[in-house]
Amino acid sequence: MAVADKLDAREFFFGHKACAGCGGSLAVRIALKVLGERAVATLPAGCMSAVGFNFPQLAFTNNAFISPFAATASVMTGLEAGLRRRGETDYHIVGFAGDGGTADIGLQALSGAIDRNDNIIYICYDNEAYMNTGIQKSGLTPLGARTTTTPGGSRSRKKDMSAIIDAHGIPYAATASVGYIDDYIRKVEKAASIKGTKYIHVLAPCPTGWGIATDETVEIAREAVDVGVWELKEYENGIWTTNIEPKNPDRVEEYYARQGRFRNTGRKTQNG
Amino acid sequence: MQSERLYPNPAEIPNSTAFKAGYLVTKNAGWRSVRPVIDAGKCVKCQQCYLYCPDGTISPEIAVDYDFCKGCGICAKACRLGAITMIPERGDADA
Repeated sequence: MAVADKLDAREFFFGHKACAGCGGSLAVRIALKVLGERAVATLPAGCMSAVGFNFPQLAFTNNAFISPFAATASVMTGLEAGLRRRGETDYHIVGFAGDGGTADIGLQALSGAIDRNDNIIYICYDNEAYMNTGIQKSGLTPLGARTTTTPGGSRSRKKDMSAIIDAHGIPYAATASVGYIDDYIRKVEKAASIKGTKYIHVLAPCPTGWGIATDETVEIAREAVDVGVWELKEYENGIWTTNIEPKNPDRVEEYYARQGRFRNTGRKTQNG
Repeated sequence: MQSERLYPNPAEIPNSTAFKAGYLVTKNAGWRSVRPVIDAGKCVKCQQCYLYCPDGTISPEIAVDYDFCKGCGICAKACRLGAITMIPERGDADA
């Protein structure tokens, strides 16, 4: 079966105001096409809520909520409990939070939800900075990347969210990339079939913040995996499994060189 | 199932500020400086462009919705057969 046949042919995130070539909007669009119209989306402050709810332009055709910034996972907990209380079945509670909303501001709410093992799918679309507010450094900005708050390049390493998540003993966690859409679709599908808390961390390049052309988003998301900067893996039963091995680990320099955010910062990147 | 309604009846919500989900008032066509044109002769409908479009403006049958396409060019790069060409909007009689 072709991958596209697994998706709902309808669009649930359409007419949004994301920049051309936005990786985050691709991650949201595809996840909703996997989960279908019974998915209830929760979005904290961030790019996807800023581009999806421009009243009266309503880009979501499924149910979608804006949560307080720090409370994405808590709001998902409440929605799940509420739907269960109403006797609803056959629904998915899905959250789309950015890297800042996940690794920094929403971390404790997420930690609490995993601890309670609430039946939710938490998707972090990682564009590696607070892009919506003007490219400020987040906990997931990689070492050496220029942002408006780190004009000389970030001095700290990207937080290891996988380690933070697996320390909770979550039923299912995975990393993904919008450059490997088949792998991402499979992981969202799998998450939907598992009961308990699921966490998917999807690398979603941002042309505006990364200093790349709008048509390079998918390419660079794929390259990140191929050179080994971003690992595609899954966590189940306490074990991480690598899904796609890096093909060109020797071409890591090219990955950094083609992005404006790593140029002329005079700082070392994660790989030298 | 709840017999008693715990939430407001949608009919009682003032309709002046409430719209149906998916209510779109503006198009995104004006953002575009280049547009994708698909060569139907080369296209084998592998649907890579449909899968990778961040805006969902290419249908599963491979027709472009030019009202909402922002002209990012991801589809042209996703196409393995070179069936999609990005052409400038300016100077194009149809633009």
